[in-house]
Amino acid sequence: MDQFTLNLLVIGATFALYIGIAIWARASSTSEFYAAGRGVHPILNGMATGADWMSAASFISMAGIIAMASAGGYEQSAYLMGWTGGYVLLALLLAPYLRKFGKFTVPEFIGDRFYSKSARMVAVACLIIASVTYVIGQMTGVGVAFARFLEVKSSTGLYIGATIVFAYAVLGGMKGITYTQVAQYCVLIVAYTIPAIFISLNLTGNFLPQAGLFGTHTASGVALLTKLDSLVTELGFRQYTGMTTNMLNMVLFTMSLMIGTAGLPHVIVRFFTVPKVADARASAGWALVFIALLYTVAPAVGAMARLNLTTTFWPNAVAGKAFDGDAISVAAINTDPQLNWINNWAKTGLLKFEDKNGDGFIQYYNQNNPTVKALADSKGWTGNELTTVNNDIMVLANPEIAHLPGWVIALVAAGGLAAALSTAAGLLLAIASAISHDVIKGAINPNITEKGELLAARIAMAGAIAVATYLGLNPPGFAAQTVALAFGIAAASIFPALMMGIFSKRINNKGAVWGMLSGLIFTLVYIFIYKGWFFFPGTNQLADNVDNWVFGISPLSIGTVGALVNFAVAYAVSLASEEPPQEVQELIESIRVPKGAGSAPHLAMH
Amino acid sequence: MADKSSSNAYWKANIRMIQLFLVIWFVVSFGFGIILRPMLSGIAVGGTDLGFWFAQQGSILVFLVLIFVYAWRMNGLDKEFGVEE
Repeated sequence: MDQFTLNLLVIGATFALYIGIAIWARASSTSEFYAAGRGVHPILNGMATGADWMSAASFISMAGIIAMASAGGYEQSAYLMGWTGGYVLLALLLAPYLRKFGKFTVPEFIGDRFYSKSARMVAVACLIIASVTYVIGQMTGVGVAFARFLEVKSSTGLYIGATIVFAYAVLGGMKGITYTQVAQYCVLIVAYTIPAIFISLNLTGNFLPQAGLFGTHTASGVALLTKLDSLVTELGFRQYTGMTTNMLNMVLFTMSLMIGTAGLPHVIVRFFTVPKVADARASAGWALVFIALLYTVAPAVGAMARLNLTTTFWPNAVAGKAFDGDAISVAAINTDPQLNWINNWAKTGLLKFEDKNGDGFIQYYNQNNPTVKALADSKGWTGNELTTVNNDIMVLANPEIAHLPGWVIALVAAGGLAAALSTAAGLLLAIASAISHDVIKGAINPNITEKGELLAARIAMAGAIAVATYLGLNPPGFAAQTVALAFGIAAASIFPALMMGIFSKRINNKGAVWGMLSGLIFTLVYIFIYKGWFFFPGTNQLADNVDNWVFGISPLSIGTVGALVNFAVAYAVSLASEEPPQEVQELIESIRVPKGAGSAPHLAMH
Repeated sequence: MADKSSSNAYWKANIRMIQLFLVIWFVVSFGFGIILRPMLSGIAVGGTDLGFWFAQQGSILVFLVLIFVYAWRMNGLDKEFGVEE
């Protein structure tokens, strides 16, 4: 069976499964549509949260970002710690209390706790900007994955993906999305770990990639990371495990990712679906178990793929020094079946090589390193000849580099699609609920019936899918700024508001609104100064590099400072104005104790 | 619902626990993984140093333990104060 047929079969089978779940898990009430009827088992919710959280970027790009970063693999640990440490904050600071609050959306909590429609609408705006930015990346990811594995145009792929999401998100709302995400988690984790296990066995003899990363490289007899360090420095690249040169920025970036994770509405609402407060705490732990399964494998995949790639281009480097032998020859790339993957991926443009000096060999090195450049000049090399290595190659080409069977390649394709679709669905639900529940029921038509609101939620979902599909086909300038924009806003605006709402009785309506707006505006302005106003190219005041950043703080890390601004302004304004009214004080008292979540007012209504 | 002084005591006990757990959360990630890494560089782990291990694996494992221990201790606290569901 050829690869295309295999891909079609595996992807087709997973899609049939998602559609089956969509038909089985239809929503018949707003509680089911927004919160899956609050009947999801904490372990299943943990799995669904894992799929909801791990996006196309986590699945396809993260290992490659760690592997190929010019600053070295260590500095990228910010992603690993940031995108997992946020779950500690969720479990300790937010999830149990927001579950106890017992309503449907994040802006609804902010509106009720700060007894202010303005606060609710600011939260809606933050939610929509963050989620829309985030969802565009998922939609383009679906299109790209389809184009690569099923040989259709990426626009066609996007339409197919959108149709599938439409089926289970419009019919089933949170209920359909939850059970589809459970299935998608299983697909993506199997797809991610199988190639990783084979590569780890191959390079280190360890079955577990997590052990292989800190194990011994069998071929050379030295530790894998020591081998990788000496190899990449020989080629003139920065030491893989080398310490960061900008510690303050790494700390602030990690913190922004952590509090941003805890403040992203599509993640928070997943904890509204479990039956009890105690389940919300446990479920955050299960979510992290399922996330950690991928996030502890990713750094191993990154380091091993970097080593594999480098030794492929410098065959002598497997056991000795790279430059003691010849580079890989063009003839070998074109004839050796083991090296077929190089030309396969060169066709996609994700990998490019060029024999610049015409010597029949492809020399891969860092031409910007003066020592290595001097050596290269003496050998008659005229520049690095492996001109493009896209980060995504590290995961997508892994099965071929490790010579794994065709069904593993098909599984990786299905896994990438599962990661993108599951995150897209979670984000679309957050957007649709904000529109139907916060804007329509909360502001425009408070007397809407249950049936009317369910219909509005379905229409909002369909609209959100249409908009996301359009933006996926025509990505605007801000689409590439998920980390800066989505995490920055969640960190600077939403997370502090939620935390203060739970842990302080003194923060009032004015404090919350001014705090959120100051954190938001401060963060956006700092980002715009370096990335361009509203991300229009050429409108930035300062070039986006470390020399221009204030105290070396990157626009991607500014969310942490924005959060501090939010806290400070909220406290100052609240202390200068009146205390929150008695009923709000009572609301805070009540969300702080678990007892009574089952009898929350919304359930009494049905 | 429990009376006011008992629910205050429950909340205070919860806050103390949150503070302790957040200190550990901070120390393993921002501490061992980043700020203190140069100081720990003498401790070798699998071809690199302890700080690298914490940054790419150890902190995540500690995070997991933290959440489950917190969930377990809070279930105990809920029962002790009679506020469980």
